[in-house]
Amino acid sequence: MKSRPGGGRLATYAAVASGGFRRYATYRLATAAGVFTNSVFGCIICFTYLALWQERPDIGGWDAQDAVTFVWIGQSLLMTVALFGGGFSDELADRIRTGDIAVDLGRPVDLQGWRYAEDLGRSAFHLLGRGVAPTLVGALLFSLAWPANPLTWLAFLGSVTLAVTVSFAIRYLIGLGAFWVLDVRGFVVVIGFVQLFCSGMVLPLVVFPAGLETALRLLPFAALIQVPAEVLLEKSTGWGLLAALGSQLGWAVVLLGAGRALTRHATRRLVVQGG
Amino acid sequence: MAADEPAIEVVDVHRTFDVRRRAGRLRRTRQVVRAVDGLSFDVARGEMVGLLGPNGAGKSTTVKMLTGILVPTSGALRVVGLDPAAARTRLARRIGVVFGQRSGLWWDLPLRDSFALLRRIYDVPADRHAAALAEFVELLELGELMDIPVRALSLGQRMRGEIAAALLHEPELLYLDEPTIGLDVVSKGRLRDFLRTINVERGTTVVLTTHDLGDVERLCRRVLVVDHGRLVFDGSLDALRRLDGTTRTVVVDLATSSPQVEVAGAVVTRVDGPRQWLSLPSGASAAPVVAQLAAAYDVVDLAIQEPAIEDVVARLYQRG
Amino acid sequence: MTALVRSWQAYRAISGAWVRAAMAYRASFVALALGQVLTSGADFIAIVLMFASIDTLGGFGLGEIALLYGLTGLGLGIADLVAGSTEQLGRRVRDGSLDTMLVRPVPALVQVAADQFALRRIGRISQATVVLGWALLHVDIDWNLTRAALLVTTIGSGAVIYLSIYVLGAAFQFVAGDAAEVQNAFTYGGVTLTQYPLTIYPVEVVRAVTFLLPLAFVNWYPALHLLGRDDPLGLPGWVQAASPLAALALAAVAGVAWRGGVRRYRSTGS
Repeated sequence: MKSRPGGGRLATYAAVASGGFRRYATYRLATAAGVFTNSVFGCIICFTYLALWQERPDIGGWDAQDAVTFVWIGQSLLMTVALFGGGFSDELADRIRTGDIAVDLGRPVDLQGWRYAEDLGRSAFHLLGRGVAPTLVGALLFSLAWPANPLTWLAFLGSVTLAVTVSFAIRYLIGLGAFWVLDVRGFVVVIGFVQLFCSGMVLPLVVFPAGLETALRLLPFAALIQVPAEVLLEKSTGWGLLAALGSQLGWAVVLLGAGRALTRHATRRLVVQGG
Repeated sequence: MAADEPAIEVVDVHRTFDVRRRAGRLRRTRQVVRAVDGLSFDVARGEMVGLLGPNGAGKSTTVKMLTGILVPTSGALRVVGLDPAAARTRLARRIGVVFGQRSGLWWDLPLRDSFALLRRIYDVPADRHAAALAEFVELLELGELMDIPVRALSLGQRMRGEIAAALLHEPELLYLDEPTIGLDVVSKGRLRDFLRTINVERGTTVVLTTHDLGDVERLCRRVLVVDHGRLVFDGSLDALRRLDGTTRTVVVDLATSSPQVEVAGAVVTRVDGPRQWLSLPSGASAAPVVAQLAAAYDVVDLAIQEPAIEDVVARLYQRG
Repeated sequence: MTALVRSWQAYRAISGAWVRAAMAYRASFVALALGQVLTSGADFIAIVLMFASIDTLGGFGLGEIALLYGLTGLGLGIADLVAGSTEQLGRRVRDGSLDTMLVRPVPALVQVAADQFALRRIGRISQATVVLGWALLHVDIDWNLTRAALLVTTIGSGAVIYLSIYVLGAAFQFVAGDAAEVQNAFTYGGVTLTQYPLTIYPVEVVRAVTFLLPLAFVNWYPALHLLGRDDPLGLPGWVQAASPLAALALAAVAGVAWRGGVRRYRSTGS
């Protein structure tokens, strides 16, 4: 790729990211509705975990307060890491289906980088708009485990950014799937289920039977919810924290790389077919 | 209902809307907008009427009230003898509506399926439906489009489908909102022919809202012009042309370039070599002017131009 | 009566056309339906996983919870299949397609529900049915005719209760079209809440889903009777058979709300 002055390109990406933020920020009523729904779900799940921890007060090495805090972290990250999919990947698949993707690939801005910037903007909005308010509701109604060390917040922010990156890389791959499959919707639903389940969203991975837990931690999906939550809960500290962030970073690099390779492959195909 | 009862009666109808605007961060102001402001008119059975007006004049609010979707704030409406707001569903069987920007067809289904669904919805006996469908398919040349999903049709093809859909239950009254918008000349012509056929052969009353004065000129003997929610004109196209303040133009070609001609009852507005333009009020006859010209000058050729309907309507809006 | 028959015919015709359209892409249909089986089943897998570490939750065993789960899931599944499309009402108001429906001689609600009918939603129904079947094999119910009848009416009442919630949500969208997601808190939120025994919630929550929004009648009260359990609220015994009444009451409220919404739309034009 030809390199342009770095500052200029960064400014472009910053503008794209801020566009992604504003695109979602315009729907205030929808955001309020989403906050309400996240709060209701958060409360229901808290009661189910409290019941579970009452039966087994030390299940997975967590106490009930950890579990309840995990619920609100999950509700905050649900939209931030776009666990239900949607957003740009549907759009990407649509543009591939209609052939508009040729226009995108012809732009001087890198397709993946541009979509990534946009998605970072979106996720920043969802973290602030859809994450903070439900957590406040949770803090009001339940006793949450806040980090003892203020630096943990910084580590959490880093971990969330990496979670968004992994989630982006996965959704980018799904969107690209439209180059090979006519209708990616079925695929999206199945991946959605896998993500829901293997990220810890449906049930914290520590509650899973030991063998299953180990296996799920080897998959990239744990990086979406379970890993950032453990950072904020201070379950991953010291070397453990580095290992947690390192695993997220590793998946981000691998999946983004796969996305790049596939983009190049698809572009070549597009050029050959003259599409 | 009695045959001489009008298809549409509108008596002093008002419709206001509360519009809330954000003024500052939290404050909101309320404003009452009079979309329709004392509208009265009748449409006789079998008429084909053009409803004209600029955007926001109250045309679509009026049509919504005539179909029963919207309840008037005050005043009385009767459509084919029914009160639209009170008898909306009963009225629905007897009218057809084509909203220009919205589809009455099912976007993802083939045209054929949309027509079949409408038969169920309007509960039309199978044989009557088949007969009407066969007729419309032929008149609107829909034969080859029947198995294509609506979303894959061109604008003109879709509009033909929409109009067939609105007519399949053989309504007495048809509302058309911008039926020719975005169509090419050929499609426009075809659609206008069809509407005329429906109006003449079936006696269907047609109310047409449009920006395209070509539609009106070719289809409607009567025009209603609405502005600011009020009726500012009701009459024939000719009468609209002869309104005060509008002018007809006589274009005369003389044998040689000459100074401005002098004729009683007309003024020269432009001279270009041997050609001169004379303007006279719309209400006046052109005959005396032509006679004077022929008597006093060496006239090679002569033409009379009627005022452009666009200009007339624009003038009406300015006055309103 | 004829109006009802006509509405039903229109509903069948419209939904049937959508089914035929979906079947043209059979592979997509199968994938989406299977996806729904998985997604709606995720909660149940979580419950099973919990029971790897525990024997009872809120005093109820896995089989008993499966009974609760199956009943509420089936109720929501049926309602979602029949009327899930009503979630689109806000969009229909915005893009004006509701107007097209209002000039047709079939109730707009019937058209809104039937349009975009998605047979893939049968995924949730089948998943809930399997769980319910498994539950019935694993719980100890002293079957008699009354209890069998109770089971059947509970499923019907549950569907009507969730249907009413869909209609209430659609009516709400006449007021706040952008706030469609609030509905999820009551439909999917409702099903999540009621798939666990209500003993795990504070008593205020139980009262709210009994007297305010009768979600507890979707499964909880009839299940207490089937399982021979005591009601923690200590309500009279007939309450456990009162699901049809609760369903009718909520349906009436939903009907009034929908009419109110349409009236508002027709008198404000927005």
